[in-house]
Amino acid sequence: MKLKGSQIIVKCIEEQNIDTVFGYPGGYIIDVFDALYEERNNITQILTCHEQGASHAADGWARATGKTGVVIATSGPGATNLVTGIATANMDSVPLVAITGNVSTTLLGRDSFQEVDITGVTMPITKHNFMVKNIEELADTMREAFYIAASGRPGAVLVDIPKDVQQAVTEYEPKKPREIKPYFVENKYVEQAVELINKAERPTIYIGGGCTVSDAGKELVALSEKIGAPVTSSLMGLGCFPASHPNFIGLIGMHGKANVVKTLKKADLVLAIGCRFSDRVAGDRKNFCSQAKIVHIDIDLAELNKNVKVNVSLLADAKSAVEAMLPRISKAKNDAWITECRKRASEDYLLGSDGKLCPRKLISAVNKLGDPEKIVVTDVGQHQMWVAQTYCFEKPRKLLTSGGLGTMGYGMGAAIGASLATDKQTVLLTGDGCFHMNFNEIVTAAKLGRDITVIVFDNHTLGMVRQWQTLFYNKHYSSTDINYPTDFVKLAEALGGTGFRLERNEDIENVIGKAFATKGVKVIDAVIDKDEFVLPMIPAGRGFDSIVTVKPELK
Amino acid sequence: MSNKEAKHIISALVTNKSGVLTRISGLFARRGYNIDSLSVCSTHNPDRSRMTIVAVGDDDDINQIVRQLDKLVDCHKIMVFDAAESVKRELLLIKVNVPSEKRPEIESTANMMKVKIIDVAESSVICEMTGESNKVDKFIEIMRPYGILELARTGVTALSRGRDCIDDLTDYNEEIGK
Repeated sequence: MKLKGSQIIVKCIEEQNIDTVFGYPGGYIIDVFDALYEERNNITQILTCHEQGASHAADGWARATGKTGVVIATSGPGATNLVTGIATANMDSVPLVAITGNVSTTLLGRDSFQEVDITGVTMPITKHNFMVKNIEELADTMREAFYIAASGRPGAVLVDIPKDVQQAVTEYEPKKPREIKPYFVENKYVEQAVELINKAERPTIYIGGGCTVSDAGKELVALSEKIGAPVTSSLMGLGCFPASHPNFIGLIGMHGKANVVKTLKKADLVLAIGCRFSDRVAGDRKNFCSQAKIVHIDIDLAELNKNVKVNVSLLADAKSAVEAMLPRISKAKNDAWITECRKRASEDYLLGSDGKLCPRKLISAVNKLGDPEKIVVTDVGQHQMWVAQTYCFEKPRKLLTSGGLGTMGYGMGAAIGASLATDKQTVLLTGDGCFHMNFNEIVTAAKLGRDITVIVFDNHTLGMVRQWQTLFYNKHYSSTDINYPTDFVKLAEALGGTGFRLERNEDIENVIGKAFATKGVKVIDAVIDKDEFVLPMIPAGRGFDSIVTVKPELK
Repeated sequence: MSNKEAKHIISALVTNKSGVLTRISGLFARRGYNIDSLSVCSTHNPDRSRMTIVAVGDDDDINQIVRQLDKLVDCHKIMVFDAAESVKRELLLIKVNVPSEKRPEIESTANMMKVKIIDVAESSVICEMTGESNKVDKFIEIMRPYGILELARTGVTALSRGRDCIDDLTDYNEEIGK
């Protein structure tokens, strides 16, 4: 059948079985929105307040479902407003397709109204991007974009489509999406990895986001139990391995648990699966676990031997690799090592708080109350690390957080996306700094009647930066005492939600209980002390021995 | 191969369309790779261009460069040439200040080094030479005392010796589906 370019774009989204898109209209994308209007029974379009919110919402939708998120924006400022969201998704290997309009091909390169070279802008922050100048190439380019976004190591792809291409007409034939296959090839490295694992006496497993992508949870549990290895996870891997499993010892990295550091220092084999030894994990990358042999499994060839030199590297997706190795791996000879690690983990503790409201107690209450299947979204900073350390994630895709890029303001949009994708209770834990960046999207959530509870860890400061200023910058609190006069309770009400205030530990369950029982968007202003710390902490670029576990004297 | 910094020649078959060079040079710039030269040419296949990149680094650096290049959707096949198992050439055009009395001297040097003189003016000549980079460097040094007016060189282009072709390699893009 003959269709217009804009209709082909929408048909290609439908081909992928995607039923929700996020976006914001504008002059050079009207045609696509017109085509979406025609298809409104098949595709829900979610209008946000700002393109950045739409990009984070599409990202949240993708993280919560594992499907590819779609965000649509107009040319120029619409497109540049997507940039942070695209970079956020790409850094965390989230499949995202961004569709932007552009000026007609005849106007390109003339500094026309609302013209921006968005493929040039997004080249370093996408897995790949396209500009479609020929209507005949449109459908296949869209299909290729979806395939690239979701296959291998997923990422963000941008397709820029000039207005005249959207309006041109051509023949369209529906096609089934290309199948995305798991990747594993039997080779000598598999044997080498198996040999190292079988020889190891004190193996330790470190997992990352790749385990979520390939859904390797079951295989990881089997592996850990068979070889008697404790499991630690990066921020991106939380939930792949159930936190309640006795072999789970907690978060790794800069704010990882002290027992994890001790275990890694004693390990004779580190089995790194679906992860990338980011600087926030490895610290002093040249000396990371230098006493141990390291086996690294990842789907991205460029990650193997990039940050940390390893003994055996295996190019494969996490699930297939573990599945293939399991039958060849021998059972642990005894349980001395795992018993020792479990003991260390069970005796490990996180510092409480002297303030009237303890952030960790609040997080534990969120963990305990409400729907056990709820989605937890965070922004970036101290609250994010407290959640990562404290909350027990039992399943993958329950924690949505900006790990690689560390995008303040990610949460509100992502919470909307997750809520729409899963129709489950969604809780956004944020700080007053982060929340001020994109709280406009409360309006979007309220309008849609989403069940989203926002808990603002309100300390009137940019807590994580303040912590660094306290520790490393002579307590020069430069631009961190934000002290906005915002009344979050009134703000919530003004924007169509319900507000609550929480100031004391005694009221935690009561306030959270009330908020959870209220319909729509709820904002809890949780007032905490300025000088709460995230500990333990290994200062950036340093080794395990530099770990700080005690809060310094502040007076 | 060793862990010492050295020059390596990387050859890549890339999609023949505009913007691909930007993607590749952008990758080098943003990841801080050290490159000496980069030359692009069309090939017998109209869909593919060939890029020859001379990069400086130890084995780990080169390995990382190759793998990052390989991740680019438009980069299809990629190969690092072994110094002994490849032929490398560069083209040099050099315009030298030569008064007519010195012209015979230049001509004899050029003859000895298999360099052609392709343009002669009242007080200058343009020489054309092809050869390995070190030979080109040497010729430039010999010309320097005469006064070099300007020069252009293509950067290294290379092929592996023997029957093996870059086309025989597998395409990771297809294989992993990236």
